[in-house]
Amino acid sequence: MTASECILIAGMMAVTFGIRYVLFALADRIRMAPWIEASLKFIPPAVLTAITLPAVLLPKGEWHLSFSNPYLVAALVTTAAGIRTRNLLATIAVGLGAFFGYRLLL
Amino acid sequence: MKQGLTSAAGFPACRPGEMLVTDAGKSHPGGVALSLRKQEFIRGVRDTLPLLLGAFPFGLIYGAVAATSGLSPAAAMAMSAFVFAGSSQFIAVGLVAAQTPVAIIVLTTLIVNLRHMLYSATLVPYLKDLSQKWRIPLAFLLTDETFAVTVHRFRQGDASAEKHWYQLGSSVAMYLNWQFWCLSGLMLGKKIPDASDWGLDVAMPITFIGMIIPFVKTTPVAVCILAAGAASLLSLNLPYKLGIVVSAFVGIAAGLMTERNLKKAKRALAS
Repeated sequence: MTASECILIAGMMAVTFGIRYVLFALADRIRMAPWIEASLKFIPPAVLTAITLPAVLLPKGEWHLSFSNPYLVAALVTTAAGIRTRNLLATIAVGLGAFFGYRLLL
Repeated sequence: MKQGLTSAAGFPACRPGEMLVTDAGKSHPGGVALSLRKQEFIRGVRDTLPLLLGAFPFGLIYGAVAATSGLSPAAAMAMSAFVFAGSSQFIAVGLVAAQTPVAIIVLTTLIVNLRHMLYSATLVPYLKDLSQKWRIPLAFLLTDETFAVTVHRFRQGDASAEKHWYQLGSSVAMYLNWQFWCLSGLMLGKKIPDASDWGLDVAMPITFIGMIIPFVKTTPVAVCILAAGAASLLSLNLPYKLGIVVSAFVGIAAGLMTERNLKKAKRALAS
């Protein structure tokens, strides 16, 4: 490992850990306004959706809004399976099966 | 996978010592705590197992891409071990290949990982009574997946005082899985140069959809994901994946406003 690689990794580690830790470090001293506390429950679905939707509609970085997009078809099947089964492992298995099965069909 | 689930779930029952600890715990509170901690840890591992499936292709592809990026194998593994943040590792490896200055890569990492601050804000109410000795490793190991499963555990109404062991179990499972697949990708790297064309990357959106669904229980949350989703498509041109954080704020605002309006409407109906 070269010196510049060490600096790169140390830098990335410092900023990533810093972001993850700063609020934990101050956790007992943070007083949240009621409206901020009320907004916390929206964070997980909001962030996860913002990561997922572009990955489905632009799988290779380009818009692909049609039924010839196996990512989109698999996402729709996964959503239906998730609502129906309420079981994470079954949902993921159905989704993966749908993706690779549909790609074989295409 | 299935076998892993069964053995993880069956683990406590398989050990004769386990019952002894629980029985002895009636007179020694420490015994109960020990057994409860172990149970929480194992539950955290078990609930995370399906999500390991979503992370493994990314580890594999990261390793394969790193192998051809110009980064040394030791540095690629050190990045997985010490940074432990998939999407920023991917971007960093791409930037290394393009010979980008270190300072720019570090700054990019900072921006790409900003969403973790939203995650830690969500967990603050649950971790504020823990010592820093706990908060440091839980922060270091925080990922999208561990966050999503742990929030559900913390919100369950039972009085368990050891739910942080659940988070630790989930974190350790994600960490070991990531290291294993990164190493595999590095070793296979040059033999599978077309790994990114296999479509394995579909595992990420599929597992994430599976993680989102359990959160959607109320109208405000449904409005929140619709707004966040729309914003994520309108903010595609923002650099450094900033669209994720911007869209999250749009979704949160939409959810909050819906909640307020529904409350107002209810009050108006009641009076």
